[in-house]
Amino acid sequence: MNNDILSIYAHCGLRLSRLWIESARAVPLAGHVGFDSMPDQLVNKSVNHGFCFNILCVGETGLGKSTLMDTLFNTKFEGEPTQHNQPGVTLKSNTYELQESNVRLKLTVVNTVGFGDQINKEDSYKSIVEFIDAQFEAYLQEELKIKRTLHSYHDTRIHACLYFIAPTGHSLKSLDLVTMKKLDSKVNIIPIIAKSDAISKSELAKFKIKITSELVSNGVQIYQFPTDDESVAEINSTMNSHLPFAVVGSTEEVKIGNKMVKARQYPWGTVQVENENHCDFVKLREMLIRVNMEDLREQTHTRHYELYRRCKLEEMGFKDTDPDSKPFSLQETYEAKRNEFMGELQKKEEEMRQMFVQRVKEKEAELKEAEKELHEKFDRLKKLHQDEKKKLEEKKKSLDDELNMFKQKKTAAELLQNQAQQAGGSTTLKRDKERKK
Amino acid sequence: FSHLTPHHKANRPEVIPSYSSSAMSEAVLPDVMVPPAVGGLYGEKAGGPVVDFSYVGIDAILEQMRRKAMKQGFELNIMVVGQSGLGKSTLMNTLFKSKVSRKSVLATAQEKIPKTIEIKSISHDIEEKGVRMKLTVIDTPGFGDQINNENCWQPIMKFINDQYEAYLQEEININRKKRIPDSRVHCCIYFIPPTGHCLRPLDVEFMRRLSKVVNIVPVIAKADTLTLEERDFFKKKIREELRANGIDVYPQKEFDEDAEDRMINEKIREMIPFAVVGSDQEYQVNGRRLLGRKTKWGTIEVENIAHCEFAYLRDLLIRTHMQNIKDITSSIHYEMYRVRRLNENNTVVTHANGIPEHHLAAHEM
Repeated sequence: MNNDILSIYAHCGLRLSRLWIESARAVPLAGHVGFDSMPDQLVNKSVNHGFCFNILCVGETGLGKSTLMDTLFNTKFEGEPTQHNQPGVTLKSNTYELQESNVRLKLTVVNTVGFGDQINKEDSYKSIVEFIDAQFEAYLQEELKIKRTLHSYHDTRIHACLYFIAPTGHSLKSLDLVTMKKLDSKVNIIPIIAKSDAISKSELAKFKIKITSELVSNGVQIYQFPTDDESVAEINSTMNSHLPFAVVGSTEEVKIGNKMVKARQYPWGTVQVENENHCDFVKLREMLIRVNMEDLREQTHTRHYELYRRCKLEEMGFKDTDPDSKPFSLQETYEAKRNEFMGELQKKEEEMRQMFVQRVKEKEAELKEAEKELHEKFDRLKKLHQDEKKKLEEKKKSLDDELNMFKQKKTAAELLQNQAQQAGGSTTLKRDKERKK
Repeated sequence: FSHLTPHHKANRPEVIPSYSSSAMSEAVLPDVMVPPAVGGLYGEKAGGPVVDFSYVGIDAILEQMRRKAMKQGFELNIMVVGQSGLGKSTLMNTLFKSKVSRKSVLATAQEKIPKTIEIKSISHDIEEKGVRMKLTVIDTPGFGDQINNENCWQPIMKFINDQYEAYLQEEININRKKRIPDSRVHCCIYFIPPTGHCLRPLDVEFMRRLSKVVNIVPVIAKADTLTLEERDFFKKKIREELRANGIDVYPQKEFDEDAEDRMINEKIREMIPFAVVGSDQEYQVNGRRLLGRKTKWGTIEVENIAHCEFAYLRDLLIRTHMQNIKDITSSIHYEMYRVRRLNENNTVVTHANGIPEHHLAAHEM
């Protein structure tokens, strides 16, 4: 085969693939082809596969995080209210399978337990950051595996972080600022004002402005609802101006008019959760679930995860090289790591083999010992047996001798008796003879 | 906001808490623990007023996905393989109802038959009802045309593997693109000449090797030279030979996902290879303008399933299984390539001129 020509075409092939985008020309269709069914095919595949959505709720204890989740998803998730005496911040995650019409959603809700309860809160954000990183790490590990199953992998990366702000009415707490700053490059942050029925309408407007300006002045990047798609640009940009959302959560129902609505009942009135004049709950639900769920997932994957991946790989010592010069370091480092790993495996294998051989030897020695003992025992018993036998034989012999002697005596005695009888008979005759005389 | 999402009849989401876990400060992953009992469903209070607003809106994600897909557009890369004169370009043009493939100029005395197989790749942007697609047709002129056709599959296999390689390289980059351009061959249509007897050794060899790296869709080309009985006999013979040689063509049996899939795919497997006729000429038939081939003994209507199986091929490739073809390429063929590649000992990756011998050899089948 002509290797030169092959290599030229190979080169062209690779080049082609890189200049892919530039070579297409638009061409009109003369009839209905049918690929307009592609979005349907794609959606069907996703429906069969199911969806994944992971929400992280960060906020102090008692701000109504669990209640809000219950209200958002219209169900009662499990769990009792948490105590206030946690020594540190832990993250508790629960996964639920929800289904609405033909859509199956694997929803994971992660709660921060004990956030804001400690006296010293300097390290509060750390466990949250670690948790988020751990999910990225797990995905990265799966992606780097040789034999991987990405399409059936359960994605645990956090898609949305709802940050619950306490309804003080004044400003953000320093804990909030610090935590949000640490999280904004790792996750999509959606700040919400919790239990906002504690604030009056005018105070709320001022509060929102204060919060927004503090976030901006501290350089905190919160999630912006995307405005590049015309069908949702308008509603998203309107919503962006309403951030942070002032929400009220409730799973209890109150009769208003002739309907049962979710509400909180006070002596002075009833706060209706789904009434947009009362709070921004509907806006939150609309934005979080009905309009931007897919965008949240995409941002997580293409922005936050990529950033994590890049940093992690660079940290591990990989770097890209200019495509037309040296080979990839990634490949080489990967190979080096692999060899190292194989070496370790071999060493371990060798160790195990040694240990095995050792154990076998020991066991063999033990068994030999046991065998020897058994032999000795056998010999001893044999000897004992023989001694016994001998003794018995001697005894038998002596008994036989006695028996013989006895027999002899007996025959002798019998003989004597016979003789005596004969003599006696003659004596009796003699006596008789004498009498007769 | 009801204009955005369809309102469904109070179908409250069912909650089945599947598993829960605690992550301690040392941030471990949530792992599956003892599954708790089925969680509480919201019951509707008997006899009371109907509860409104029980709809959460999770199914709105379907609409969101559709929007995203429409915005991004789709990519499809089809390769056509077969001897010259089997109507490959015409078929592509018929499938996509536009000039996406340039017919090779009729060989004149001055035209030379290409000494080696060329790989020619042409891309077009097509759009239908708002759905944009970047279609790339990869032609392989010269295949099977030489006197000695040994190893004629090599350049094709090399091309396919090169696309996998390009994708892999982009994927393992540190700074990688948001959307990795997908140049991987999703589907390879193999044209079988309508001899009516059986597969030729070239056909068997090619399909045997390539079915391991790409989705192969075999078609009987220029099927208007076969009668229906001849066609059925030929198809049966071909299926037998494919089975006998262990060649798994699309849709592959082992990739059927569930019973429903299997049922649909079995029906298709019983019909392949499709006997196709291509045409880009329209004729008047019974008052309608149809694509066809006009002969003295009648007009063959391309899209009439009584005449040929073009419509089945089109439906399979475009209307029903396009996404599936792409999925199998990316999650099975590409992954297999990746595993092989990452396990190799000679990992030198050069994309300058000249591929080292052993690199080539490793991709031989």
